[in-house]
Amino acid sequence: MIKGRPLIAVLALANLVAMSSAAAQDNERGRRLYDRWCAECHGAEGAGDGSAAAYMLPQPRDFTLGLYQIRTTGNGELPTDEDLARIIRLGMPGSAMPGWRTKFNDAEIADLVAYIKGFSRFFEQFGAPEPLDFGKPPRLTDAGLAEGRKFYEEIECWKCHGDAGRGDGPSAPTLQDDLDFPIRAADLTENWNYNGGGSVEDIYRRLRTGLDGSPMPAFSDLLDSGFMTDEQLWHVAQYVRSLSPAQTPVVREVVAARRIDGELPASPDDSAWNAINASFIPLVGQIIQEPRWFAPTVDGLWVRALHNDEELALRVDWHDPSQSPDPDWLDWQKWVAGTMAPAQDSSQAALLPDQLLVQFPVTIPTGRERPYFLFGDSRRPVYIWHWQSDPDRASENRATGLSTLKPLSAGAETLTSAAVWDRGEWRVQFRRRLASEDSTTLLEFRPGIAIPIAFFAWDGSNGESGTRAAVSSWYGIYLEQPTPASVYVSPVVALLLTAALGLMVVWRAQRREGALQSS
Amino acid sequence: MSERYSRFSIALAFLLSVFVAAGCGGGEQAEQAEEGAAADAGTPAQTAVVDQATAATVSGSVMFTGTAPEAESIDMSDEATCAEKYSTPKMTESVVVNGNGTLRNVFVYVKEGLGEMTFPVPTEPAVLDQAGCWYTPRVFGLQVGQDLLIKNSDGLLHNINAKATANRGFNISQPVVMETKRSFRTPEVMVRFECDVHGWMFAYAGVLTHPYYAVTGADGSFTLEPLPPGTYTIEAWHEVYGTQTQQITVGANESAEVSFTFAQPAA
Repeated sequence: MIKGRPLIAVLALANLVAMSSAAAQDNERGRRLYDRWCAECHGAEGAGDGSAAAYMLPQPRDFTLGLYQIRTTGNGELPTDEDLARIIRLGMPGSAMPGWRTKFNDAEIADLVAYIKGFSRFFEQFGAPEPLDFGKPPRLTDAGLAEGRKFYEEIECWKCHGDAGRGDGPSAPTLQDDLDFPIRAADLTENWNYNGGGSVEDIYRRLRTGLDGSPMPAFSDLLDSGFMTDEQLWHVAQYVRSLSPAQTPVVREVVAARRIDGELPASPDDSAWNAINASFIPLVGQIIQEPRWFAPTVDGLWVRALHNDEELALRVDWHDPSQSPDPDWLDWQKWVAGTMAPAQDSSQAALLPDQLLVQFPVTIPTGRERPYFLFGDSRRPVYIWHWQSDPDRASENRATGLSTLKPLSAGAETLTSAAVWDRGEWRVQFRRRLASEDSTTLLEFRPGIAIPIAFFAWDGSNGESGTRAAVSSWYGIYLEQPTPASVYVSPVVALLLTAALGLMVVWRAQRREGALQSS
Repeated sequence: MSERYSRFSIALAFLLSVFVAAGCGGGEQAEQAEEGAAADAGTPAQTAVVDQATAATVSGSVMFTGTAPEAESIDMSDEATCAEKYSTPKMTESVVVNGNGTLRNVFVYVKEGLGEMTFPVPTEPAVLDQAGCWYTPRVFGLQVGQDLLIKNSDGLLHNINAKATANRGFNISQPVVMETKRSFRTPEVMVRFECDVHGWMFAYAGVLTHPYYAVTGADGSFTLEPLPPGTYTIEAWHEVYGTQTQQITVGANESAEVSFTFAQPAA
């Protein structure tokens, strides 16, 4: 037995060596996959400087630093292979990194992981430790959420993420990552954009490990020091989760404008809005017309609408960490300009307002054709509501292409607006009469048909104006029609008819049974 | 026993053949692994005891020429607790020129010349305090493996973001009065500390395998002792002006002077 052991050990070692040589050969496949699918963003040498990097914020990961945000290992430690594989499989929501699980199989992902690790000497030098033990979350309770909120304030999450979690804390404009690129404090109300996943478990892990390479620190030391318990940290995670909707919003093509009797809301915070469901409209950077824009602040709007046969009220909410113009964000603006293509003079920063634009066709199209979504063209002009934060006002305009916004003559002004700024959120309400005095310039809103509607948003503090905008495609707004009387009568008639038929069937069956028994 | 050894040598031969057969990549890896093993298992670390009878001293000062950039006042208005601690606004300290024309906060250390000597790791921790939304000290040294005690004396949120390149950095949160210990695994000049909550807070740590370092203070001087006699490369590092090196030889019981001069480039 004893004599055999060295041989077994040596054979095992030989086997290992043979395996590592096989792994080295497979790495050739890892290299090929990397060069083909990853290098354009992450760079041929893994330094995060591929040709597409200038179009991305957050920037692609620089693998040479061995710094990874999403890990199951402690703060400052290297990720496990599984951590890296998970990111390749699932991507990094909120960034340009897509998930690759439908593209690569597990073996290919393992090769890529091995290849990517080779860019940093740290993996050979230190190696990754065992994953932390994260345990399980406590049951979700109101008391737990309240405690989570208490600690959210006490451990000062709000310093970066803001009181309402919208990424608008006082330190937000000063945040840079380890490579001095500007970085946003996460908007905690949009958990579908969390880099490492939006579940309570994901959030808890980020709190324990931090997001290495970013300003987000780890909070594990607070447990070690006895300042708070593990359960209390779980409550913070549960509270943060509660800031986002229970379900990721589903994008629908049409915004319904409910019809009400009587007065429309006077302001965006009017309680009449509370009963109205909001539709989520995603926005993306304007990347069609030069200069293009790859780093928009606003990634979506929540839209509500009401009408009373006389007037239409539209409320648009969106998150923007700055109430522009705000001099505190001038450095941020320079950093973004210095990072993003097209190259700009990054020393220039201007105090710009926030803006929102709601676009309609001038007349409701009869067929399926709609104006060009970027401000129409000369053949199909668009009718535009344009709101800006400073001075706070809205105007009606006509456009026949980008940068051709022309205010309608003062006499035609029928639009009013009211705006509220609240901790990283704009809520802007528009109201306009449905009828049009001049249907050649001013859209006439008609109930009972989906009217094309599109949105544009600008964050002045992010250096956005003109073509540097966040845009949506066309959606529809549908003004509900008055409910015809037949809607109330028909169900009653149907109910009565069904009951009568049923009784008849029963009656006939009983008669037949009686006849059979008597025979 | 002899049979066992002969079997072992056969196995070893087999193993070697596998190494050869493993081809280029595998072979390289194996070589590196062997090198690493040799380094780890090599001569046990000899803790150097500098012979006091022959110990030498290198000392000097760091001069400054030119016009230093003017310090700027720091806006702490978002952090009233800290702002209140200063009767006049806190000024930036990236360049501090002393009254005698010397430069403060220069990290001076032995860069080369100690060979394979190793030195005991101090049991006392190095201390980095956060008080008044300011790091104290701004520039300091510590040894590989020595504890760094990070203190939050402010009782408000600081994060300590240690941006290392040779070491693994870290980024930890201290939202209350508390202490945290960390250490570094490998030498690095310098590790930069930042607080992302307060963008004006910076500190720098020189991590070395030996205790021969000093940071210039109010008189701009430094002393490195007790050094074994020898020839050393002395480096002076400043956060704005970068590094300078000089070579110096000191004999037994000798004291040698080294002087550095940093200059503000003409505008």
